[in-house]
Amino acid sequence: MFEVVSNEILAENLHKMVLVAPRIARARKAGQFVMVRLAQGEERIPLTIGDADPEAGTITLFIQAIGASTRKIVDTPVGGSIRDVAGPLGKETHITNWGRVACVGGGVGTAVLFPLVKALAEAGNEITTIIGGRSSRYVILADELGALSKNLLITTEDGSLGSKGFVTGPLGEMIADPACAPKAVFAVGPVPMMKAVANMTREPGIETIVSLNPIMIDGTGMCGGCRVQVGSETKFACVDGPEFDAHLVDFDGLSDRLTSYRKEEAQRHAATDCKIAKEVAK
Amino acid sequence: MSNDLSPKERMAIERVHMPELPADERSKNFEEVNQGLTPEQAVAEAQRCLQCKSRNCVAGCPVGVSIPEFIDALASDDLPRAAQVLRGDNALPAVCGRVCPQETQCEALCVRGKKGDAVAIGYLERYVADWAMQHPEGLIAIEAPEPTGKSVAVVGCGPAGLTAAGELARQGHKVTIFEALHDTGGVLRYGIPEFRLPKEIIDREVAVLSRMGVTIECNVIIGKTLTIPQLRSEFDAVFIANGAGLPTMLNIMGENLKGVYAANEFLTRVNLMEAGRRADSSTPILQRDEVAVIGGGNTAMDCVRTARRLGAKRAMIVYRRSETEMPARVEEIKHAKEEGVEFIMLTAPIAIVPTEDGWVSALRCQKMELGPADDSGRRRPQAIEGSEFDLPAGIVINAVGTSANPLLTATAPDLTLNKWGNIVADEEGETSIPGVFAGGDIVRGGATVILAMGDGKRAAAAIDKYLKR
Ligand SMILES: Cc1cc2nc3c(=O)[nH]c(=O)nc-3n(C[C@H](O)[C@H](O)[C@H](O)COP(=O)(O)OP(=O)(O)OC[C@H]3O[C@@H](n4cnc5c(N)ncnc54)[C@H](O)[C@@H]3O)c2cc1C
Ligand SMILES: Cc1cc2nc3c(=O)[nH]c(=O)nc-3n(C[C@H](O)[C@H](O)[C@H](O)COP(=O)(O)OP(=O)(O)OC[C@H]3O[C@@H](n4cnc5c(N)ncnc54)[C@H](O)[C@@H]3O)c2cc1C
Ligand code: SF4
Ligand code: SF4
Ligand code: FES
Repeated sequence: MFEVVSNEILAENLHKMVLVAPRIARARKAGQFVMVRLAQGEERIPLTIGDADPEAGTITLFIQAIGASTRKIVDTPVGGSIRDVAGPLGKETHITNWGRVACVGGGVGTAVLFPLVKALAEAGNEITTIIGGRSSRYVILADELGALSKNLLITTEDGSLGSKGFVTGPLGEMIADPACAPKAVFAVGPVPMMKAVANMTREPGIETIVSLNPIMIDGTGMCGGCRVQVGSETKFACVDGPEFDAHLVDFDGLSDRLTSYRKEEAQRHAATDCKIAKEVAK
Repeated sequence: MSNDLSPKERMAIERVHMPELPADERSKNFEEVNQGLTPEQAVAEAQRCLQCKSRNCVAGCPVGVSIPEFIDALASDDLPRAAQVLRGDNALPAVCGRVCPQETQCEALCVRGKKGDAVAIGYLERYVADWAMQHPEGLIAIEAPEPTGKSVAVVGCGPAGLTAAGELARQGHKVTIFEALHDTGGVLRYGIPEFRLPKEIIDREVAVLSRMGVTIECNVIIGKTLTIPQLRSEFDAVFIANGAGLPTMLNIMGENLKGVYAANEFLTRVNLMEAGRRADSSTPILQRDEVAVIGGGNTAMDCVRTARRLGAKRAMIVYRRSETEMPARVEEIKHAKEEGVEFIMLTAPIAIVPTEDGWVSALRCQKMELGPADDSGRRRPQAIEGSEFDLPAGIVINAVGTSANPLLTATAPDLTLNKWGNIVADEEGETSIPGVFAGGDIVRGGATVILAMGDGKRAAAAIDKYLKR
C-alpha cells in the first residue's frame, strides 16, 4: 500500500499527487516511470515520476484524468492509499550539458517533461520551454517550468493564453534563428505533436528525444505489448525507452496501436460515468 | 485397509479416466477442466501400482518424489501418510499433479506403461495434495525451527522462488521474496490459465509460506527498485529466480499490427488482469471470431484454449512441424481438440496481412514438409515452394517462446551469463558471485515447473550449507 500524502488539483483534470514510496524515491532518475494499480481488479497504468524526495521518501505524480483508471486514481483522497506502485521503470534520460536546449510539452506530456527540464537545468543547460494546450485550461505547470527555464513560451489553440497556435510555431522560429537554434530538443506530448517536432528537427540535424506513451501492461519487458518500431528494430518502450531518438521512431505505427482498445475504453468510460451519475442521483 | 493385492489383481485394474467438464460447456468458461478423482477412483488407481523394487518411476521425476511410497499409503487409504510423504519431496504437489508433463517424466518410466497404461501418478499426486489442502488437521504440524539469525533474499515468486523460500524457512532462515508484479506465483499466476490450474492453489501455497514467516514483497523490481549488490549487502545470501520473461519476436512483416499479441501479453491480460473473465474487467482484451496461435508448446495451447473461451469461433494452432513433434503436454492437446481447436500442422507463418486500417486480416503461411532430423533429434521442417496461402484471422498470437529478461542481469555486471543471457550457475545453483545463487528458467531457459522447483530445492540446500559455513 502506498499512502497518498497530498493530492492537489493543478488544472482541470490535472492532479499533482504525492505518495509515500521510499525505495522508489531513492532509486529514481529523471525519465523513469512507475506502474500504478489503484486496487484489486483495476488496470495497471504507467505514470512518469514527476519528482521525488529521497529524504522524505516520497514521489510526485502528475496525473491527467482522461479515462476510467486515471479518474479513479485522482479520486483517492489524502490519507487514502494506492495498492500497487512499482518502479522506477524505464531508462533514465541521458542528461549532459548541451548548452542551449528546447523542451516542448503538449497536454499531459508537459507533466512527463517536468522531470526532464529539472534534470537539464541542474546540468546547467540554457532551457527554452514551450508548452501548449487546447486552451488556457489545459496549460499546466507553467510556473514550475518557468522557474527552471530561461524562456517559457506558451501556445494555445484558441489563443486564450500565450500565442495562438501550436508548440511547433515558436520551435520553428527558434530553429530558423541561428542565434537561438537549440543543440537538442526534448519533446513529449500527443503523438502528432512529437511527429511534427521530429520532422522539423530532422533536416537541420538537431538531436531530438521524445518520450513515448504506448499502452503498457507489466512495464518490465515481459509482455511485449509496448513495442514500437524504432529504425529497423522493434523496441519495448518500457525497458528500452520510454525515450527514443525522434528521428527513428515510427510515429504512425505508434498512434495506430494506441487506438487498439478505443472501443473497449469508450464502453468502460461510459460505464464509470453511469455509475457516478447513478451515485449522484442517489 | 491395507494394500495387499496380488500382482494379478493389480494388473486387472484399468487406468482411471479423469472426470472432466464436458467440452462444449467448458469451452465457454474458465472452470477447471479436470474435476479430480473420486476417493474410490483414487484408491483403485493406486492399487494398480506394482510397488516395484526398481522404482523406475522415481528416476523419471526430476525431484525424485517417493512415488511408490505415497501411492502405497493412498492404496491403503492412509491419506495423512500419503500427504506427508509427498510434502517431504515436493513443495507444490497440487501444482505438479496438474501441470507436469507426466508422460515424458514419471509416467514415461512406469513399469506398467511397458504393456498398457502407466499408473496415473500425476492424477494421484493431485488427489493427495488436494485432500491435504482440505484436511490441514490430518497432517502432522511442522515444528517452528530455531531461528538461525541469517537472512536470505529470494528474487521472483514463481515455482523456483516459492520452493526455495519454503525450504530455507524450514531451516530457520529469515526469508524475504521480492516480486516485480503485484501478485505471487510467476507463470503459475500470469501464464497458466485458471482452467488448468485454479489460482486458489497458489494462494493457499503462499499462505503456507506466510505462516512459516516468509515475507513477500510485491512491486519490487530487482535491478530497478533495488539491485543485486544492494541485496547482497542487506542479506546473507540471495537466490535469483526471476524466470524467462522476455517474448521472442517472430520478426515477420506485420508483427506490430493491431490484433497481434505476444503470448505473455494475451495471457497476462486474461489471467493476471482478469480481462474477458469478468464482465466489468478494467483491463481490455480483443475478441475476434478467428484467432491464429503460432507455436506448439503448452503456451500455445493455453492461448488457443483461452481464445476459444473468449468466444473465438475458429481458434487455430499453426505449427511448423507435425503433431508428434509438439512439445505441449499430451493432455492439453487432447483437451484443445475436444474443445474444437483446429490444428494446422506443417505450416509456418511468413507475414501478417493488414486490413486497410491497420488491423490483422490474415496470417500468411507456407506449407512445410519434414526433412532429416536436426540436432534436437526432431525432423527439420522445410518450406514447400509455392505453397503460400492466407489464413483469415482477426487476432494472431505469437507463442513461439521466451528468453531471459535482461532487466535484472543488466544491473549486476559481476554475474556471469551465457550467450543467451541466462545466468550461469553450477549444479548447486551457485553463480559467479559468492553467496548469490540462481535457478529455474533464468538458468535453464524456458523449462518446466518441476525443474524450476528442483532448482529451488537444491539451491536452498546449498544456501543453507553456505550460511552454516
Ligand atoms: C511511460 C509513460 C508515462 C506516462 N506518464 C504519464 C503521466 O505522468 N501522467 C499522465 O497523466 N499520464 C501519463 N501517461 C499516460 C497514461 O498512462 C494514460 O493516460 C493512462 O494509461 C490512461 O488510462 P485511463 O484508463 O485513464 O484512460 P483510457 O480509458 O485507457 O484512455 C483514455 C484515452 O486516452 C488514450 N490513451 C490510452 N492509453 C494512452 C497512453 N498510454 N497515452 C496516451 N493516451 C492514451 C485512449 O486511446 C483514450 O482515448 C504515461 C504513459 C506512458 C507510457
Ligand atoms: C503459458 C505457459 C504455460 C506453461 N505450462 C507448463 C506446464 O503445463 N507444465 C510445466 O511444467 N511447465 C509449464 N510452463 C513452464 C513453467 O511455467 C516455467 O518453467 C516455470 O514457471 C519457471 O519457474 P521460475 O520460478 O523459474 O520462473 P517464473 O514462473 O517465470 O517466475 C519468475 C517470477 O519472477 C518475477 N520477476 C521477474 N523479474 C523480476 C525482477 N527483476 N525482480 C523481481 N521479480 C522478478 C516474475 O514476475 C515472476 O513472478 C509453462 C509456461 C508458460 C509461459
Ligand atoms: S512431481 Fe511431476 S514428475 Fe514428479 S512425480 Fe509428481 S507429477 Fe511426476
Ligand atoms: S514404476 Fe509404476 S508400477 Fe512401478 S512403482 Fe512406479 S508407479 Fe508403481
Ligand atoms: S509493458 Fe510489457 S513489455 Fe513493456
